[in-house]
Amino acid sequence: MDTRNAPRTGLRHGLKLVAALLMVAMAAVPALAKETVKVGFIAPLTGGVSANGIGGRNSAELAVILRNQDPKAKYHYEFVAMDDECKPNIGVQAATKMASDKDVVALVPHYCSAVALSTVKIYHRFGLPVIVWGAVHPGITYDNDFKEVHRINGTMINQNEEAARFMTAQGYKTFAVMHDTTDYGKSHKDYFTKYLAENGGTVVGVFGVTSDQQDFTAELTKIKALNPDVVYFGGLTPLGVRIRSQMEKIGVNAQFEGVSGIKSDSFIEGLGPELAEGCLSFIEGAPVEKLPGGAFFAKAYEEQKFAQPAEAYGPFAFAAMNLFLDTIEKVGPDRKKIDKAINTMGSVDSIVGKVAFDDHGQNTVATISKYVVQDGKWVVWEDSEYAGGKRSLVKK
Amino acid sequence: MDFGLLTQFAINGLMLGMMYALVAVGFTLFFGVLDVIVFSHGDVVMVGGFAGLTTFYWLDAIYPGLSHGLMLLWVALASMASMALLGIVMARTMILRLRSAPPLNTLLATMMLGTVLREAVRLFYPNGSNPKPFPALLPDWSLDMGHLSLRLDNLILFSLGALLIVSIHLLITRTRLGMAIRAVAQDAETARIMGVNFNAIVFLTFALGSAAAAFAGIMNGLYYNEINFGMGLLLGAIGFSAAVIGGLGNIYGAILGGFAFAFLQTLGAVALPFASAYKDVFAFGVVILIMAWRPTGFIAEKTSERV
Repeated sequence: MDTRNAPRTGLRHGLKLVAALLMVAMAAVPALAKETVKVGFIAPLTGGVSANGIGGRNSAELAVILRNQDPKAKYHYEFVAMDDECKPNIGVQAATKMASDKDVVALVPHYCSAVALSTVKIYHRFGLPVIVWGAVHPGITYDNDFKEVHRINGTMINQNEEAARFMTAQGYKTFAVMHDTTDYGKSHKDYFTKYLAENGGTVVGVFGVTSDQQDFTAELTKIKALNPDVVYFGGLTPLGVRIRSQMEKIGVNAQFEGVSGIKSDSFIEGLGPELAEGCLSFIEGAPVEKLPGGAFFAKAYEEQKFAQPAEAYGPFAFAAMNLFLDTIEKVGPDRKKIDKAINTMGSVDSIVGKVAFDDHGQNTVATISKYVVQDGKWVVWEDSEYAGGKRSLVKK
Repeated sequence: MDFGLLTQFAINGLMLGMMYALVAVGFTLFFGVLDVIVFSHGDVVMVGGFAGLTTFYWLDAIYPGLSHGLMLLWVALASMASMALLGIVMARTMILRLRSAPPLNTLLATMMLGTVLREAVRLFYPNGSNPKPFPALLPDWSLDMGHLSLRLDNLILFSLGALLIVSIHLLITRTRLGMAIRAVAQDAETARIMGVNFNAIVFLTFALGSAAAAFAGIMNGLYYNEINFGMGLLLGAIGFSAAVIGGLGNIYGAILGGFAFAFLQTLGAVALPFASAYKDVFAFGVVILIMAWRPTGFIAEKTSERV
C-alpha cells in the first residue's frame, strides 16, 4: 500500500463524515430547537420480575417517543430509565438519584410494592411528582399524605375482593393460602383471607415462604394432606412457577389461583402450556384489547418493534407517562406546578379508562379482570372456554 | 400424622439432602486440597443446569427423535464436562494465582465470580431473567398410596446422585490419583517433592467438584422441572453450611451435613408450630449452634493444622 497517500485519503474521509453527520443532524433537529425536559421511569429491569419492568419501561418510553414525534409538542422530552431490581435498597438509590436531579420534573416509578413503600418519602422530600404504574400495595398511597405520590393502577384490595367473590361463586370452599413473606405477599394474604371469610370460604392453612425459596415440597406435602379445593398464592411469577410445578410433582390435586403478580407471559413460559393450563389470576384494569385506548396502544407498541412484550402493566405505565406529558405541556416543566395540576385535574380520559385521583393520589376507577390460562395464553375469563363450560377448572 | 405423609416428608428431605450433599462435596474437596472456600460453587451448579438445558435444546433441534434416556445421558455428560472445564479454568486463572495472597482475597474473588456467573446467565442467556422450564427426561411413573406418592424419577435421581458420590469417594480412597489428591491435601510441599504434579491434582480436584455441581444442577432441574439464574445463591450458602457442619475437608462429613441440613429444613417446615416461612431461619440457626458446639463439624479433618 502506498502510505504517502494515506493522510490525504483520511482527511477526505473525515470531511465526508462530518458533512454526512451535519446533514443527519439538520434533518433530525426541527427548525426551532425545543427546550429539553427530562421525565423519569423506574422499574425492575433485571432480576426475576424484569419481564414486567421492561414491558413497563418500553410502554412509558413509547409515550415519550410518540410525544416527541408530535410537531405540536412544546418541549422535547428525554426519557430516563433506572433499574430498582425489585429490591428496596437499590430502589432507594435510584429514587434518590432521580429526585435529586433537578432536570427530572416527573417520574413514573415502581412495579414492586416493597420498593415503592420505601421510596415514596424520598419523592415527598424532594417534591418530585410521581405516578406509580404497577405496584399494588395499598399503603403506597394510603399510608401517607404525600401530595406528590399518585398511583394509576388499582390496589390489591380491589383485586382480592373480586378474587374471593369469584372463587366462592365458583363453588370452591376450602383454600390453602401460600404467600411470600414480603409486604406484598403478606398483604395479599391478609386481604384475600379477609374477603374470603366474608364470602363464606374457609382457609385450611397459611404458608409463608421466603421470596427466594426453591423447594416447596414440605409445604405442599402438608397441603396435600389438608386436601383443599384451591391453592392460593400471593406472590410473583418465579415462585408461582415453582409452586405450580411442584404441586404436580407432589400430586396436589387443587385449583391454582394466583394474584396479579403471576399474570405475565413468563409464568406460562416457565411452566410450559400444559402445567399452566387452567391457572387463574386477577388483575386491576382490563386487557389491552378491552381498554378504551387498547387498540391504539397495541398498534403503537407493535410499530416500535420492542424486543419484549408490554406485559400486563404496560398500558398503565404508558397512561401514567402520558398524563405527565399532557400536564407538562399545559403548565410547563416545573415540579410544583405539575404536582398541583395533577392533584386538581379531576377525572380525565386515558388509554386505561377514566383516571381520577382521590385525596391520597389513588386512582379510584378500578376495574378488575379475571384471567385463566388456556392453550398457553392468558385469556379473559368471560372469553374463555372455562366460562363457556367447554373446559372445567380443577375439582369442578 | 399418618405413615404415608411421614414417608413423603422423608422422601422430600432425602431428595433435598442429596442435592445439598452434591454441592457440599465440592466445597469440601476444594477446601481439603487447597484450603480455599470457593463461594462461586453454588453458581456453578446453576450454570451447570443451564448448560444441560442448552444441550437439550441443541439435541432436540438436531435429533428430534432421540430417546429420553440417551438425551439425559448427553445432557449430563455435556454439562458435567463443560463445568469440569470451567472448574479447571477457574483454578488456573484465579485460585492458583491467588495462592500466595491472603485467603480472604480468594474468598472475595470467588464470591465476585459467582455474581459474574449469575449476571452473565441473566443477561446473556435468552430471556435469562425468567424461570426456565426444564424438560422431564425421566419417566413420570409414580405409585400413589394415600398421601404418599412414590415417583420413579425421584428414585433414579437419588440413585444417580448416590452413585456419583460413591464414585468420587472410591476415586479418592482407592486409586493412585486419589492417593495423589490425598497427598496434596495433607501436605502440598511434601507431595510435590515426592513427584506429585501439584497443578494437575488441583485441576483434577476442581474438575471433579465442578462436575458434581453440574450434576446437582441437572438434578435440580429434573426434580423441580424448572431452573433459574438465582438458584445457585441459596444452594451455595446451604452447600457451604452443610460442608462446614459435616466437617470441611471430609467427604463423609459433606454427605452427612447435606442430609442434616435437609432434615432440619424439612423439620422446620413440618414440625414447628409457627409458619413454614421460618424454616430457613430455623435450619441456619441450628447450624450456628452446631458450629458453637463442634467447631470442627461432625467429622473433623484427620490432620488438624498445628500452629
